[in-house]
Amino acid sequence: MRRVAFTANGTRHDLEIEPRELLVYVLRDRLGLTGTNVGCDTSSCGACTVLVNGESVKSCTMLGVQAAGMEVKTIEGLAHNGELHPVQQAFHEHHALQCGYCTPGMVLAAVSLIDSGAATDEAAIRHGLEGNLCRCTGYHNIVKAVADVAGVS
Amino acid sequence: MAVAETATETFVGTSVKRKEDASLLRGRGTYVDNLTLPATAYMAIVRSPYPRARITSVNLDAARAAEGVVSAFSGTDLADDWKGGLPCAWPVTEDIKMPPHYPLATDEARYQGDGVAVVVAESRALAKDAAELVGVEYEPLPSIAGVERALEEGAPLVHEDVGTNECYVWKLETDDFSAALDAADVVVTRRYFQPRLIPSAIEPRAVVAQVGPTGDVTIWSATQIPHILRFATQLVLGIPESKIRVIAPDVGGGFGSKVEVYAEDQLAVTLARRLGRPVKWTEERAEAHVATIHGRDVVHELTFAATNDGTITAVKSEAWCAMGAYLQLVTPGVPLLGAWIYSGPYAIPNYSVTFTGVFTNTTPTDAYRGAGRPEATYVLERTMDALARELEMDPIELRQKNFVKEFPYTMASGLTIDAGDYDATLGRLLELLDLDAIRADQAARRESDDPRQIGVGFSTYNEMCGLAPSRILGAIRYAVGGWDAATVRFQPLGSVQVVVGTSPHGQGHETTFAQIVADQLGVDVDDVEVLHGDTASSQQGMDTYGSRSLAVGGIALWNAGEKIIGKARKIVAHQLEVAEDDLDYANGTFTVKGSPDRTMGIREAAFAAHAAHDLPDGMEPGLEQTAVFDPPNFSWPAGAHAAVVEVDTETGDTRLVRYVAVDDVGTAVNPMIIDGQVHGGVTQGIAAALFEEGAYDEEGNLLTTTMATYLVPSAAELPSYETDRIETRADNPLGVKGVGETGTIAAAPAVINAVVDALSHLGVTDVGLPATPERVWKAIEEVRT
Repeated sequence: MRRVAFTANGTRHDLEIEPRELLVYVLRDRLGLTGTNVGCDTSSCGACTVLVNGESVKSCTMLGVQAAGMEVKTIEGLAHNGELHPVQQAFHEHHALQCGYCTPGMVLAAVSLIDSGAATDEAAIRHGLEGNLCRCTGYHNIVKAVADVAGVS
Repeated sequence: MAVAETATETFVGTSVKRKEDASLLRGRGTYVDNLTLPATAYMAIVRSPYPRARITSVNLDAARAAEGVVSAFSGTDLADDWKGGLPCAWPVTEDIKMPPHYPLATDEARYQGDGVAVVVAESRALAKDAAELVGVEYEPLPSIAGVERALEEGAPLVHEDVGTNECYVWKLETDDFSAALDAADVVVTRRYFQPRLIPSAIEPRAVVAQVGPTGDVTIWSATQIPHILRFATQLVLGIPESKIRVIAPDVGGGFGSKVEVYAEDQLAVTLARRLGRPVKWTEERAEAHVATIHGRDVVHELTFAATNDGTITAVKSEAWCAMGAYLQLVTPGVPLLGAWIYSGPYAIPNYSVTFTGVFTNTTPTDAYRGAGRPEATYVLERTMDALARELEMDPIELRQKNFVKEFPYTMASGLTIDAGDYDATLGRLLELLDLDAIRADQAARRESDDPRQIGVGFSTYNEMCGLAPSRILGAIRYAVGGWDAATVRFQPLGSVQVVVGTSPHGQGHETTFAQIVADQLGVDVDDVEVLHGDTASSQQGMDTYGSRSLAVGGIALWNAGEKIIGKARKIVAHQLEVAEDDLDYANGTFTVKGSPDRTMGIREAAFAAHAAHDLPDGMEPGLEQTAVFDPPNFSWPAGAHAAVVEVDTETGDTRLVRYVAVDDVGTAVNPMIIDGQVHGGVTQGIAAALFEEGAYDEEGNLLTTTMATYLVPSAAELPSYETDRIETRADNPLGVKGVGETGTIAAAPAVINAVVDALSHLGVTDVGLPATPERVWKAIEEVRT
């Protein structure tokens, strides 16, 4: 077991974890942050995307111990004072989610994409989200929602 | 008494934003894997790495001795737990071969992924570690994967004791069919293979089973069918249904793959009973690729007979359909779900359809989005283009010439389409498409010998969904009915609870159903709470699949609402001292005819029903009504779709440039949600056309074991879509038709017809599925050499 301290959604955690534990399971099983979903074993689907120091990371590709000293943000930490983040709000307005399973990862990937300034047009948005799979929406409304927040058509 | 204001808004027909989003967007979904009960033990399955092997021994000693292991069992250890096998509800013929199928194999593993042993431990990681220590001795046996080869003389048998790989032969043919074929001017026959598709819901399957102090069982399952799963659990484990509660909480997509009675759910229950602890299992993605059902894997030969002027006089389909190694819940019936629509939207008087079900050493197939109808529509719409080429006729003109024009229309296959306007859907598509511009661009690129060629392809489809009239299901040997149930309940202070027997997993039932009830009862959409997916609150239901929830469950809901209005009318008539017939009802208010100021709201009637101070003699208190609706007919959505593709003729790389869909799904309750269903459905059809193929080698080793090799498309591979609708009212009180599967049914042939069109000037007439760069390049090379 290793002792690891990191911040999740603004709260500091000091945990004893197994070196082999993936960050996603530390978040889900240790911290009860079950909003971060697991969709595959091969870092293909992006359902487990979280923000680590502000950048999107597939939390199944990172060990919990690697989060030492870092700031992790999950979907539970995105709304501010009960108000949805603009990307969450846009997903609601544009019907960019159906079953909702990919949604936390997709929203955080979109937040990272928009914050990085790379969401410059539809093609860039589509390219920027290619690490996140959605089986329900065909991406049409996800792209619309992200474009809306990014202010591009 | 305080009752809420009567709503003046109308909700049906408007894009009400979804109620479901509030929790899902905040990461507060209730997916099964998010649930951890105290003292939970975790299950891991040991699966056969061989497509077929004799199990000579299973040694569990090392696993049982490993850290954190609670117990471990072989198939033989658990054999006495099963009162019945995993059920197949659709024995399509009298002489169908139905080999027994138990949650774990005992003597022989028959596909890669077949469960052989199970380990239970204190954590999922420890269970997985210990599963690696289970020592299974296998004796590999000859095995087979392809449907055609499986039927050859001397092919390895999937079930030795069955004596053949032929599971069944099912046929539907009109009288004098051969004469019609003989009399034709033109006969076109084409052969197609539709590969396996792996449904790939992003939420893997998961189950938690808990046994209570009286032997009552609660099963949380990522399932589309909580009611059917409850029923089936009695069949498999002998627990009375009355002691079983199945909860389908938030379910992360299904697409048919969760319409199933899986081994793992039954294992979790039996182990929870044996161990006296909750047992939990969550599928891993690589496991899903072998242990969750697949779709398609069908070889077709389709024949059209036509006159020289392009009138199609007969259609004949022969299909060889992979069952996989075992029959799951409706495996043999999947082809039958397409059996009546091989004439599609066309008036074809002579009809012959034959299906041969074939066992192979592969993961069982079952219903995957569209189930039987994408298979039929693909071969039909591809062959429409082939016939058009043969007749040197425009493919649009050929379609228009053969469309059914008047409704209701009884097809040669025997079923009746209630409503549609196929010329109107195609007409609207052509308005949106600007075909002249596409053809001009195509001509210019051909003229300049541009390496990047474009093509346009069409698919005009109809389909039968809204499963299903129980009498018809009985006549085609399905084991149970196709009705659904709903309860509408006014709470004393005027809020409304709705309980439905359907079980959504992304479709937005909580919103759509609330819209219907809100309009009917004159309440706000936010005052309607829709409960579903728990057999404790919803005792009756037939669940969600086959685009049935609105077309069947929605009508049950409407009927329950009408019963509410009927009872409220009696209360109002009694209290206002008028005859029931003297009351008009609109928007939640009863008004005495001719006396517009004498009114009583339905919410007031609801309170009166609960107070019960002054009800008509003999009336039971409360305002709650249940309706069960058995549809008299299937639902018949239809539409016209077009794809525009650009093909790099030097590399075979194919890009979908545009996709235009015009659908007729009857009355649009929530246009936003309908568009979402079309987008998602179309995407799965496009994926089948261009990207996805569940591939086996000849022996039955799966080659596409992860999402890195099975290519679910991302946003980067797809364009935005152009969608529109026309509305012809279906013959039901809401006028609605199913929409969940239309896109998947329509899209694949449109895309492949477009690829062939892009290359037709080179002489290409066919490209196999999926049209990967390699396949397209080879198709070009073949005609060049």
